Amino acid sequence: MTTTKRAFLQGIRDSLPFIVVVPPFAMLFGVVATEAGLSPLQTFGFSVSVIAGAAQFAAVQLMADNAPVLIIVATALAVNLRMAMYSASIAPYLRGVPFWQRAFMSYVLVDQSYAQGLLKYETEPDLSPQARVAYFFGTMILNMPLWYGGTLVGALLGSRIPPEYALDFAVPITFLALVGPMLKTAAHVAAAFTSVLLTLVLAFLPYNLGLMVAALVAMMVGAQVELMVERRRA
Amino acid sequence: MTMSDAEIWTVIVLVAIGTYLIRFSFIGLIGDRDLPAWVLRHLRYTPVAVLPGLVAPLVLWPEATGGNPDLPRLMAAAVTVLLGVKFKNLLLAIFGGGATLFVMLQVMA
Repeated sequence: MTTTKRAFLQGIRDSLPFIVVVPPFAMLFGVVATEAGLSPLQTFGFSVSVIAGAAQFAAVQLMADNAPVLIIVATALAVNLRMAMYSASIAPYLRGVPFWQRAFMSYVLVDQSYAQGLLKYETEPDLSPQARVAYFFGTMILNMPLWYGGTLVGALLGSRIPPEYALDFAVPITFLALVGPMLKTAAHVAAAFTSVLLTLVLAFLPYNLGLMVAALVAMMVGAQVELMVERRRA
Repeated sequence: MTMSDAEIWTVIVLVAIGTYLIRFSFIGLIGDRDLPAWVLRHLRYTPVAVLPGLVAPLVLWPEATGGNPDLPRLMAAAVTVLLGVKFKNLLLAIFGGGATLFVMLQVMA
């Protein structure tokens, strides 16, 4: 077996724990999006073109609130800004990879492929560029169709779920479940608290502008707390 | 929702293009030049800066209860966060929060 092929299979194997998580999460998005008023085609198109659960949930929630298009797009992209950091941190490992492959890798750069890819590249620095690409796609080759398919199943089921299941609260619960594991350090906790407090205080602002202001300040608070903790350690 | 089909598609297309450009930024264009440390330090906190703020009004003032704080939903939110922090498991937290909401709504009914 070639090293490239082996890397690809390793990527698939390492992605297996996530296989359990993706379909129900994708179905939930399909259900929530169609409940909010998107057609199954729009819901499916959203998952295929974006592949970013948190941003998609955020956009759908703001759509249901009838926020202006610009605010919805800005908020969803703000949720995805972390991917600029992912892009910056794996770029040095992709020297010598053809442009078209890097272009396609960008499409499937998500939390999971980034975390697995980076771990692999750091622990095996001698991997060839082609093996790196193969591993990266291996981590996503099962997840991608599951994400698309799960969304479609959820979208087609969505309209048949009766209101007494309190699905209005599915989005908040999903977000909170996403946030919990992110609260890794004091800086993350401080940023999260700032975000909550300021959004509530600024709730009177139109167009969900309060959220944008709160998010900006919260990012700065996170960065400052991180600096303070580092200085105390030094 | 009062958005037209055209508006919905506009949102989807713009989020798709924007997200792709964010992912492509360094991998595709800038190559292996390093981002300044202060930029990375801020980017690290984008998800925790946006998501909690987005969710806070939905938890405190749920639309389903006419915007009045509601014990089952508050408890479901608390259970979800605690499970997420403790076990770092997305699905466990979602199901735990959902189960709490379901049980509490039955109990309070």
